[in-house]
Amino acid sequence: MSGAFRLVGGRVYDPANGVDGEVRDVCVDGGRIVASVPDGAPVVAVRGMVVMPGGVDIHCHIAGPKVGLARRLEPERRRRDVERRRVIPGADGPSVLRSGTGGTVPSTFTTGRRYAGLGYTTAFEAAVPAMGARQAHQELNDTPVIDKGFYLLLGNDDFLLRLLGAGEAGAVPDYVARMLSAARAYAVKVVNPGGVAAWKRGRTVAGLDEPVAAGGVTPRRIVEAIAGAVDALGLPHPMHIHCNNLGVPGNVATTLATMRALEGRRGHFTHIQFHSYGRTADERPTSAARRIIEYVNAHPELSLDVGQVMFGAATAMTADAGVAQRLHELTGHRWVDVDVELESGCGIVPFEYRERNYVHALQWAIGLELFLLAADPWRVVLSTDHPNGGSFLSYPRLIRLLMDRAFRDEQLRRVNPAAIAGTALADGLAREYTLSEIAIVTRAAPARLLGLERKGHLGPGADADIAVYRPDADIEAMFAAPRYVFKEGMPVVEDGEPRAEPWGRTLHVALAHDGAIEARLARFRAERGTLAPDDYRIDADELRRGEGVAARST
Amino acid sequence: MGAVVLRLRAAPAVPLEAPCIRPDHFAALSEAEIARLPVWHGSEARALGDFFDVRGGHADDVRVKGELSRVKHLGAEMAGGRLVIEGDAGPHAGAGMAGGTLRIEGDAAAWAGAEMRGGVLEVRGRVRAYAGGAYAGSRWGMAGGLLLVHGDAGDFLGVRMRRGTIAVAGCAGECAGAEMIAGSILVFGDVGRRPGFGLKRGSIVVHGAVEPPPTYRYACTYRPPHLALYLRELARRGLPIEERFLGGAYRRYNGDFAELPRGEILAWTT
Repeated sequence: MSGAFRLVGGRVYDPANGVDGEVRDVCVDGGRIVASVPDGAPVVAVRGMVVMPGGVDIHCHIAGPKVGLARRLEPERRRRDVERRRVIPGADGPSVLRSGTGGTVPSTFTTGRRYAGLGYTTAFEAAVPAMGARQAHQELNDTPVIDKGFYLLLGNDDFLLRLLGAGEAGAVPDYVARMLSAARAYAVKVVNPGGVAAWKRGRTVAGLDEPVAAGGVTPRRIVEAIAGAVDALGLPHPMHIHCNNLGVPGNVATTLATMRALEGRRGHFTHIQFHSYGRTADERPTSAARRIIEYVNAHPELSLDVGQVMFGAATAMTADAGVAQRLHELTGHRWVDVDVELESGCGIVPFEYRERNYVHALQWAIGLELFLLAADPWRVVLSTDHPNGGSFLSYPRLIRLLMDRAFRDEQLRRVNPAAIAGTALADGLAREYTLSEIAIVTRAAPARLLGLERKGHLGPGADADIAVYRPDADIEAMFAAPRYVFKEGMPVVEDGEPRAEPWGRTLHVALAHDGAIEARLARFRAERGTLAPDDYRIDADELRRGEGVAARST
Repeated sequence: MGAVVLRLRAAPAVPLEAPCIRPDHFAALSEAEIARLPVWHGSEARALGDFFDVRGGHADDVRVKGELSRVKHLGAEMAGGRLVIEGDAGPHAGAGMAGGTLRIEGDAAAWAGAEMRGGVLEVRGRVRAYAGGAYAGSRWGMAGGLLLVHGDAGDFLGVRMRRGTIAVAGCAGECAGAEMIAGSILVFGDVGRRPGFGLKRGSIVVHGAVEPPPTYRYACTYRPPHLALYLRELARRGLPIEERFLGGAYRRYNGDFAELPRGEILAWTT
C-alpha cells in the first residue's frame, strides 16, 4: 500500500477505458487508482513516457511440483544465471533482495523480481494438480511483487471420469467447486482431456470421440461437462483448455472440433500455436493458423493465448506427459516423467528452438500468423507458455516482432525458408501492432478474460499496478527496462532495477458446494489413493496474502 | 612490468569466493582497482582488499600467497596470463579456464580445472574429486587444455571430458574418465573402480593397477607409438614419469560397450 501521488504528463494507454495515448495524469491513493488526489500530493514526472497498467500473464508455469522438478533438472542453466542477495535502500529503510537463480525456470524470488522488471504485476501458473496445490501455494507465497494464482488440473482425474462413465454429469459442477475451493485455485485447466489418463495406460487418443475410460467417456464428453460446470458455477475465467494432440501434425482438426464442441459456451484455448498444424502427405506439419484464427474471429465466446515460440532455450513442461515422452525420444534430452496418482501426469524436457530447424521455424511463424491475423486483440493474447515456447523474459522481443515489421522481416530472412513458404508471413503480412494493441494483448485483455475487475486498466478503483516505459525506437529495449513499475502504488522497479519487493496477493475463487460430494470423494480416495482428500485441502492461513474472488451470479 | 602479488592476511572464517583473481583481468587494473574487486564472504559482498594485501598492478603475472584452501574459484575462467598459487587452493581453481597458465604449488580442492577449455593447469600436490570434470547437468567436462597433477587425483577425474589431456603422476580414484566423450587421461599410478564407466570415445592410459569394467573387451597388446611422444612431452613439462614407462607395451580394452564403444583403456604391461 502507498500514500497518494500523481503521475504527471505521461502518454496513457488504457484501452479498457478507451484511452489511447492521451497525455493525462494518473492519480494513486491507498494502493488504488483514484480520480484525483489533493493538489499538494507528491508528483512523479513521467512526461513523454508511456504509461500502461501492469502486465498480466494469463498462462505461465512458475510454481508447483513440476516447476521444482524442472529446476532440479536444469542446474546448468541456473548456474550461469545467479542473482546474489542484495540490500537496497528504500524510503522505508533498506530491503533485502533474496538470492535466486534464473535460466528458463527461475527460482521463486527471481521469478517475481523479473516479472516486475518487465512491468508485469500479475501472473497465473497454468497447471497444478490438486495434490500439488500445497507446494504451488508455498512457492507462490515466496514469489514476490506480483499477484498470482493457479489453475487446477481436471479432465484426466479418475473421479471425474468415473462420474461421467456412470452417467452422473450432473454432479460435475459440485465436484469442480469442491476441488477448486479445497485447492484455493483460480480456474479450471483441462489438459489433453482424457488423453493423459489413456496415455498412463499405454494408449494414445487421436480424436475427440475416442473412448478414454469406461462408460463411453470421450474427450468430447469431458470438455462438455467441464465447460458446462465452469459456466454453471459462474467462474471468473472460462475453461482453460489445452486440446488433445498437442504438437501432432494435422491437429487442427481436433482443435476445431473442440471449439465446435463447446457449442457457444465460453472457452479459453491456450498456447493455440501448438494446436494449429496441418499435415502434408508425408506427415510433415504445415501451418493451419488461418483456419484457427478465422474460426476464432467469428466466435466471440472463444479466446486464445498464442504460446509463441521464441528461438533459444526453453523447457517443455506439461501435464501432457505423452508429449514430453515424444520430445524426449525426438531429442534424446534428459527428462522427468511423473504420475500424479488418480489425477494427472507430468513430463519435463529441456529444449532449444533453432532458427534453421523446419519445425521450430514453422512454430515461430504460426505464432506470428495468429497474432497478425487476429481480428480482435481482446481475445488473442500474448503468451509464450513460459517456459515451453520460451522464457517470459523474451516478451519484449516478442512485442518488438509484433510492432516492428522491419525487425520481423530481418528475422524472417534468418529462419528456415521452407517453413515460412506455406505461411501467411510469406505473403508479406504488413500489420504492426500499435502501443494500444500491445496494452490490450499484454494487460487489458488477459485481465478481462480472467475476470479481474481491478486489473488491466487504470480507471478509478483499479489496483495501482502501473508500468511506465521510456519511448525508444528499439521496442525490445523499451519493454525490457521500464522507467518505473508500481505495485499497488509502491515503486518496485526503477530503470529496470528492483527498488522494493512487497508480497503480492494469491487470487483464488471462493465457491460453495454440496457436502455430499465430499463424502463420495473421501470413499473413493480411501479405496484407491494414498492420500485422503483432506490431506491436501489448503487452509486460508496457508496463503501469505490470499484473496478470494467471488463467482459471478449464474 | 612486475608481478602482482596478493597476500591473504588470514584464513577467512567462511569460504571466500574470489573469481575476480584472474591474471588476464589484472593486466588492465591498477593496484587500487584490484583491491576494489568484488568477492563474496559467505553471503556478504566485500572487496578483495578487505582480505588480501595487494602489491602491484597492470600485470598479467600474478602470485597469490597465504592459507588459500578456503578461497574458491582462483583463476576460474581465466583466459591468459600466469597465476601462481603459493600453497593449497580452494574448490573450483581454474574451473572453466580458457587460456594462460595456472600453477598451484600445493593441493587443489574439488573441481580443479572443471570444464576448462584451454590453457595449462599444473598442480604440484594432489587434486580432489571432479578435477577436469563436469558440473551437474553439463553435457561436457573439460573441453581443452592440459591438466597436470604431480600427486594423486580424487574420484571422477575428467568425468564427461570432451577434449584435452589430463596427466596424473600418482593414483586416481573411482570412476576416472566416467562418461568421457573424447580426450586423453594418463595415470601413472593405480586407478580405482569403474574407470571409463559409460565412456563413448577417448583414451584412459593407466600405468599402475587397473580393472576395466565388465563392459570393456580385451582387444590386443601393442606398443602405441603416439604414447611415447605424449610421455616425453609430459616429462619435458616436468611431470615425474618413471623411465620404465617410456617404452612399454599396453593391453588395449575397447569400450564402453554399454555406450558407444569407440574408446579404450590402455593398461601398461612390463
